[in-house]
Amino acid sequence: MLIRQAPHISTSEITDEGLVLRRREFLRGAAAAAGVAALPAGARAAAKENHPLLPNVKPGAFGTDEERTRYSDAISYNNFYEFGTRKGDPARNAGSLRTKPWSIAIEGEVDKPGRIDLEDLIAPHTLEERVYRMRCVEAWSMVIPWVGVPLGKLLERFAPTSKAKYVAFQTLLDPMQMPGQRRNVLDWPYVEGLRMDEAVHPLTILSVGMYGRVLPNQNGAPIRLVVPWKYGFKGIKSIVKIRLTEKQPPTSWNLSAGYEYGFYANVNPNVDHPRWSQARERRIGDFLKRDTLPFNGYADQVASLYTGMDLRKYF
Amino acid sequence: MQAAAVSVGLLPIAGVSVRAMLGSLGANPIEEITHVTGEWTLRWLLVSLSITPLRRLGGFPRIAPLRRTFGLLAFFYSCLHFLTWLALDHFFDWPEIFEDILERRFVTVGFLGFSMMLPLAVTSTKAMMRRLGRRWNTLHRLAYTAAICGVLHYIWLVKADLAAPLAHAAVLATLLGYRAHVHRNQTRTTTG
Repeated sequence: MLIRQAPHISTSEITDEGLVLRRREFLRGAAAAAGVAALPAGARAAAKENHPLLPNVKPGAFGTDEERTRYSDAISYNNFYEFGTRKGDPARNAGSLRTKPWSIAIEGEVDKPGRIDLEDLIAPHTLEERVYRMRCVEAWSMVIPWVGVPLGKLLERFAPTSKAKYVAFQTLLDPMQMPGQRRNVLDWPYVEGLRMDEAVHPLTILSVGMYGRVLPNQNGAPIRLVVPWKYGFKGIKSIVKIRLTEKQPPTSWNLSAGYEYGFYANVNPNVDHPRWSQARERRIGDFLKRDTLPFNGYADQVASLYTGMDLRKYF
Repeated sequence: MQAAAVSVGLLPIAGVSVRAMLGSLGANPIEEITHVTGEWTLRWLLVSLSITPLRRLGGFPRIAPLRRTFGLLAFFYSCLHFLTWLALDHFFDWPEIFEDILERRFVTVGFLGFSMMLPLAVTSTKAMMRRLGRRWNTLHRLAYTAAICGVLHYIWLVKADLAAPLAHAAVLATLLGYRAHVHRNQTRTTTG
């Protein structure tokens, strides 16, 4: 019988014991009796020591009290096709991504365009912890304590002009670092976009970390977008360019399958994906499914952005 | 020989069980179970369909019984796959289940494929072969249709990466091509 010793976990690490126990409950219920106190290999491989703690993180607003997803799940179950299309591929393959040095080009309808180093981009802002629900279009979800800064505050520094109606984002294009880009599963580089009011909404953040630590590569290091009321594919990763535009920008999944993935991609249990229902979701770590909430439960904060809009047409 | 084949055929589900016990099915165990059982339904079905070509082209006269072995293994995995979906995806919510089968074409075609495998499993015994005679052969051509359904099910459910489904489709196309070739030759010799 295989009984492994759990590695020593220091008290400064985030507690997720409740989730571990609940997950064991699930396994007992669903499969043979699990008497084995082994941590999955992925948890050990993705040792937290690899992801340094971020200093001076203040608690942010809009946080949820729901159980946070287990760290080892959040870093081992990812959609990041630049590193392969299976859920475990990004954790396996993202080691080749070089996140330092990193700079971002700010272009388009701004008075102060330019290329800025990531450190300089983030330094003037307080790092906030935002505990958000993250709902994937595939009907699974997580609760992630992101660390980041509000996108709106960041954009202000570059002085958007009156013609700026949308914000467009672009991921790194480098098939050497991102082996998944050697196949055209999607048109590379990955692009995304938000309407200006969505971009400057207080919920929207650019994230540089999670669980109090630097963002792991597989989660979109070194900087990614988080828009919690939209499906996760709007959360573009490893951003190298931010461009303010007059016209609605193209977005990768919409280009790939326009009748399945729209520009807005607001979480909406009443508008099904053509191939599966969006009414329910599997919270990673849970056994039972749960009802999906309109705007992923952020309706109070964002529904007003869409009053009068036909959410079935503008999906 | 059949025992060895069954042992091999049960390896995927044994692997899943071990991983379940160790807690290493990943963050979404139900998805993983669904995926593994689905993949091996299709794969064992394709293996079963390749026994006859292997027998004829490779000169292995005695492997014919493996068609049934791998066919039944495929059926076993399809039951696990279907049950997982019914129980752990839908929790036996029958209105939801029927809606999925009727409205989502990848589910429709998956369900059709499973339905086709049922009569094949039921008539897989020697007694049934004797009872049905030549109609048995006609009935068991459904195996090819079931495989086509399985491939379509796979193609229609992936989001963007068609590599794996198309690889299975290519294998099936080869097997169908061989079958068509044999059929054409037989027809030619009997009518020519």
